[in-house]
Amino acid sequence: MRNKYSLFSLIKNALSYHENWQRAWKDPAPKKEYDAIIVGGGGHGLATAYYLAKKHNMNNIAVVEKGWIGGGNTGRNTTIIRSNYLWDASAGLYDHALKIWEGLSQELNYNVMFSQRGVMNLAHNLQDVRDLKRRTHANRLNGIDAVYLSTEEVKKFCPIINTSPDIRYPVLGGTLQRRAGTARHDAVAWGYARGADAMGVDIIQNCEVKGIKRNGDSVEGIETTKGFIKTKKVGVVAAGHSSVIANMAGLRLPLESKPLQALVSEPVKPIIDTVVMSNAVHAYVSQSDKGELVIGAGTDDYVSYTQKGSHQIVEGTLNAILELYPIFSRMRMLRQWGGIVDICPDASPILSKTSIKGLYFNCGWGTGGFKATPGSGDLFAHTIANDEPHKLNAAFNLNRFVSGDLVDEHGAAAVAH
Amino acid sequence: MFLINCPYCGERDQQEFKAGGEAHIERPKQPTELSDDEWAEYLFMRKNIKGIQFERWNHAHGCRKWFNMVRDTSNDEIKAIYKMGEKPPSQ
Repeated sequence: MRNKYSLFSLIKNALSYHENWQRAWKDPAPKKEYDAIIVGGGGHGLATAYYLAKKHNMNNIAVVEKGWIGGGNTGRNTTIIRSNYLWDASAGLYDHALKIWEGLSQELNYNVMFSQRGVMNLAHNLQDVRDLKRRTHANRLNGIDAVYLSTEEVKKFCPIINTSPDIRYPVLGGTLQRRAGTARHDAVAWGYARGADAMGVDIIQNCEVKGIKRNGDSVEGIETTKGFIKTKKVGVVAAGHSSVIANMAGLRLPLESKPLQALVSEPVKPIIDTVVMSNAVHAYVSQSDKGELVIGAGTDDYVSYTQKGSHQIVEGTLNAILELYPIFSRMRMLRQWGGIVDICPDASPILSKTSIKGLYFNCGWGTGGFKATPGSGDLFAHTIANDEPHKLNAAFNLNRFVSGDLVDEHGAAAVAH
Repeated sequence: MFLINCPYCGERDQQEFKAGGEAHIERPKQPTELSDDEWAEYLFMRKNIKGIQFERWNHAHGCRKWFNMVRDTSNDEIKAIYKMGEKPPSQ
């Protein structure tokens, strides 16, 4: 039985010097066979397992992860959550996630530190203004809160922004989604892992998938570094490594994996109480609860699996940050890192069945997957359990690259690629 | 960041170059006769290899010529560079 986290449990454990907290999840050896296996123990994979167990009563399942859970892109992103996407299909998908975020800490009994501090997207040229106004209208038609702000309103909402008309890319306006914000990325992975584990899901870390065994057009199991595991359903949620897994099954995907960088500064007192994103100059900034500025940069244009990135990308981003926020000119950057993002040609994800029976892919989230974690897990669990997509992810099938029915979200995806 | 040996200009900073994606994807000879599946294959499906990949690069801020590169995408090591139209080196 899983102990509930509460004020009472905190006091009780304080009396024993916090030495007797129950383990949040077990460390099991893989069984011989599962009803379903999720490949990839990031936020999306763990959420998928959680909802498979919770909503579809599939408890004999496992999550296999080659490293440690939440150690990939879940722990490497800038934690921005928003749902202000242009098209109806995307609005449905991302707002579904945002609605789950709003009650997630209570549902998981785990504080994911979801903070609806608002996300502002800036316009720096006339085309930006037109695009963002169009997107605001589209959002409102889809029931997503969005307002368009003038330059003065931008300045009022975030006073440290330089709105002077003589900077290289002046701020001409912006949009604001007040329900948007940030969450604590590690807590999301840990909360879902704890919740899934409590319902009997095996979370198997340090277990790399080496092959996918097929019998004709059906899945039979996976070869791993911990031996062969039999299963009829495999859900792959491997982010940047999706193509590597697809290759094992003889499947082709329309993805390219590229490094996306982020960096944090030294911690300072509260200075920015919202999230500001600027597509045109590629600079995003928010402040973590520890006080660090969390800054997102752009992707490199070449395929790489190195989890590094080019220096000039970071330099370009910091140039833009300094132009927009002169107050940061003497801040020191503490850490910089890269994550490998799997980018789809239409900047929208794939949550889909494949031509192989029992093989499902949840990939292509590219530069903005974190925000969708709960919704992605919920809808992917539905797709795996019923062998049919939910109506909210039906448009995000693999076949759209054959039919041509793409969901072009290059404008709303924020990191240009 | 790495140095790239442009076959026309010699060794230059990566910043001068633009990556052009997977190499040796042949343009369909009879586009009018292609099925939707074949179009999808040509337009969208990519190998996206972790390891030795053949790709195109353009010396965008230099001689502006295109060339091919063999690169290990797991560590960004450049294995070979050859001009357009030349046969790729054997693996």
